[in-house]
Amino acid sequence: MIVGERKPMEELLGMIEDFERILVLGCKGCVTVCCAGGPKEVKTLSTLIRMDRKQKGRKVITIEASTELQCEPESIRPILEKMANQYDVVLSMACGAGVQTVAKLFPDKLVLPALNTNFTGIAEEHGVWTEACLACGDCVLGRTAGICPVTLCAKGLLNGPCGGASEGKCEVSKDQPCAWQEIYHALKRLNRLHYLKQKPQVKNWPVHPGRVVREDLREVETT
Amino acid sequence: MDNFEPLIAVFSCHYCSYAAADLAGSSRIQYPPNIRIIKVPCTGRVSVNHILMALEDGSDGVYVAGCLKGTCHFIRGNYKAEKRVQYVKDLLSEINIEPERVQMYFMSAAEGTKFANVALEMTEAIKKIGHSPLNKSRS
Repeated sequence: MIVGERKPMEELLGMIEDFERILVLGCKGCVTVCCAGGPKEVKTLSTLIRMDRKQKGRKVITIEASTELQCEPESIRPILEKMANQYDVVLSMACGAGVQTVAKLFPDKLVLPALNTNFTGIAEEHGVWTEACLACGDCVLGRTAGICPVTLCAKGLLNGPCGGASEGKCEVSKDQPCAWQEIYHALKRLNRLHYLKQKPQVKNWPVHPGRVVREDLREVETT
Repeated sequence: MDNFEPLIAVFSCHYCSYAAADLAGSSRIQYPPNIRIIKVPCTGRVSVNHILMALEDGSDGVYVAGCLKGTCHFIRGNYKAEKRVQYVKDLLSEINIEPERVQMYFMSAAEGTKFANVALEMTEAIKKIGHSPLNKSRS
């Protein structure tokens, strides 16, 4: 899932300084699971905004809403269209993709991001998330026992460890395990060490911005 | 400010501090009438939003009163509440509201005196801090 964190209040309050009617728009997808932008966090942020304005003696109207997935136009269109006259600005608590979807669909409304989108990651435990995938577009996990060297190796090496690892830890930090040492141990455990002897494949690095098209799923045009 | 009587919301656990309040009452122990008790099945049920709502809707202070550490009926509820109270304090600091307005206390069902003392301590502390900046109009 995509992991994000709320921006500092000072930054957020600065962004909404000029506005009185604010739609705080959460997303019930990834950012709900990482407790950054779901319905609960929408309520918390709206309350904090109202409390801040009340202190300053300034008016504010906050509208709280959450979409199923803010990166899907179908899920945000009905909510935003229905309330179009009730807000001046959208404070989106979704990831960057969600914010951009709203901006694209409603070009006449200003959209502000309430979160910093950090990475695509794993929920290690409640309250701990770690980065797991860089969305590189050419997955190598099949050769590396499910451990991603692109993400977890500090140098993103695709062909074995560098010389900097010491006692299983990366030279970048003593807290960071050497991804390639972990890959070696995992392949050994799975009796697949010969994968390391395979000729390394040339990686097909993607061109940004990425685009995936499935013609079989697209709308059919009839003439 | 001299005759300022704060309004304090207390999230009180059914298994300990609520029983302690009951004991304080039946033992005729006096405590300030400034507190308003909200009974919860466990302080682990108290969310960040509950505390913020209490502050937004007029409380000058809020405290959560849970079981002594290690004695929660639901094992970890009071520890969770303690962390959430700390989180709310951090949020309040971010919008320049005194974090001391929110506190966490631990007590057993047998501590009626402690319940009364905590109510007194919190009332005195909030009197010292003054009116909630969200609540200046109420006298």
